[in-house]
Amino acid sequence: MSATTSGRQFGSPMFYRLQRWSVEGLCILLGLVLLFWTLAPIYNMWNIALDSHDDIFAGTLWPAHPSVDSFRVVVTQDFWYLAHFWHQFGNSFIVGLSTMAVTLGIGSLASFTVGRMRLKKGWMLTNAALMTYVIPASFLAIPFYRIMQIYGLANHLSSVILALSTFATPYAIFIFSQYSKSIPMELDEAARIDGANPWQIYWKIYLPLMAPAMVAVGTYALLLAWNEYLYNFLMLSTPESMTVAVALAQFLNSDESPWNLMMATAILYALPPILLYYGFRRYMAAGLTMGGVKG
Amino acid sequence: MSNTLRVSAAGPAIPRVSRRPPWRLRLQGSDTAWAIAFLVPYVAIFVAFIAYPVAFGLWMGSNPALYRLLFSDPRYVITAINTLLFVAIGVNVKMFLAFLLSGFFMNRSWWARSLLVIYLLPWALPGLVVFTSIHFMLVTQWGLLDSLWRAITGSDGPLFMVSTPIAMTANIVAYIWKWLPFWTLIFIAARMSIPQDIYDAAEIDGASGYRRLIYVTFPLLANVYLVATLLSCVWTLGDFPTVYFVSSGAPARTTDVLATYGFHEAFDFGYPNLGVAAMMSALPLMIPLVILLMRRVRATGVQL
Repeated sequence: MSATTSGRQFGSPMFYRLQRWSVEGLCILLGLVLLFWTLAPIYNMWNIALDSHDDIFAGTLWPAHPSVDSFRVVVTQDFWYLAHFWHQFGNSFIVGLSTMAVTLGIGSLASFTVGRMRLKKGWMLTNAALMTYVIPASFLAIPFYRIMQIYGLANHLSSVILALSTFATPYAIFIFSQYSKSIPMELDEAARIDGANPWQIYWKIYLPLMAPAMVAVGTYALLLAWNEYLYNFLMLSTPESMTVAVALAQFLNSDESPWNLMMATAILYALPPILLYYGFRRYMAAGLTMGGVKG
Repeated sequence: MSNTLRVSAAGPAIPRVSRRPPWRLRLQGSDTAWAIAFLVPYVAIFVAFIAYPVAFGLWMGSNPALYRLLFSDPRYVITAINTLLFVAIGVNVKMFLAFLLSGFFMNRSWWARSLLVIYLLPWALPGLVVFTSIHFMLVTQWGLLDSLWRAITGSDGPLFMVSTPIAMTANIVAYIWKWLPFWTLIFIAARMSIPQDIYDAAEIDGASGYRRLIYVTFPLLANVYLVATLLSCVWTLGDFPTVYFVSSGAPARTTDVLATYGFHEAFDFGYPNLGVAAMMSALPLMIPLVILLMRRVRATGVQL
């Protein structure tokens, strides 16, 4: 830093130029390090997936005989762990989309009631949501497993949908309450004077105006459900009821180590979240920063 | 799950506008019915899937004999130490790096923007996938890291998963890899909510470079930093997928954390009550953290 101050004092243009270049150079160097750091595990997936089965233990930085055969095996379900791959892929979609729908529905109704209707004990609900929000989900896994058996929902997709919706709803309530502060209360009042009942206000005024927040929360819920492993694994145990996440982790129990197949499956499984991320990146970032933007 | 976050950084200098409670008209008879009907779904899932499991868990872990059994298990002691290390090192290193890198990403040149898009990928990818990939990088002498080691040094690398310290380090590094982007984004948002005039004023007063970071940016972000750290600590205490997939407890179950220890006790060894007790043993740490967190949130107006 003394260099900076003395540089200022010397004030020679050459010094400034050198300083700017070195700062820029350091930034680019840091950028390259970050790029390598971020992409290494992702590259490793490709490296293994493109290996043919005999080369897995060759230990090279680039597959000696790159082949897409493992992707063919996955897509055609040509391996016993993968016999139900597309069915399980469909299950993942069902879980993801249902979790999204349930979270949006329950979350928007609850936040509408607390935020827009005068409700004396509304804070209790917000506090309950806050508690759910900070409890790590894994700590509830064991009792949850028992309870799903009591409810008779074990090994049924709805158990995962309900569990994950429960964990996603607090976030939905927060984002919705933040965002709805930007919608003028006068709209509700005008509608009421015109004789609308609360359902009509919710359905025709509140929901359409909440669209950006709905997209942010919907993306979040979908990603959460698609990427979640623990609850999927605990609730779903037969090949027909499994989601891709559970099927994928089965490979780890295998003795024959078809790692290339596992990584090919993993890449296909990771594609929807990546597409979702690139498609809705702005909304997701907005969801995270909604409070910050508005102060 | 609890992982994908959501702090919103509040502009520290901006006072919060308090709003009048909604619907200035009084909540009338039929409206109360509507309000109750709207709340029934949330209350129902809360009671069925949060309150009941929590009560059930408390009941499962209520026998004091369980804790005697637990504390006499040497593996539990190792697990508890691992969890503390995992949280203390993982969260703090991650937060500090995220804070610094958020400054780097305030650079709005095209390449920094494109880098940010790639840099955020770990956050969107399933933990199962990336942690398994990291596991494969380390687990045999054919992993990518060993290949890299051989390419550079010409000799075989260490067997990572045979050494407890290396395996634990791998867990922490993998955890940082997955969650650093997310918290960087939070700090970027927080930095963006600092009004430019504050920086302009500081510039006039002669604060630039590192002084600006220490005397302007950090004090303004301190509340966000503290709340983010507390929240992340609570979540990381219950982190499951990192250790489950990266080291899977190897070598010889010496790198377990509470969540994976409880999981194995419950579902591999058939002692669900012991598993619940293991997770309950985190409560003496977790409850103060949550209380502190709530108080900070109330006091500073940082929005969760």
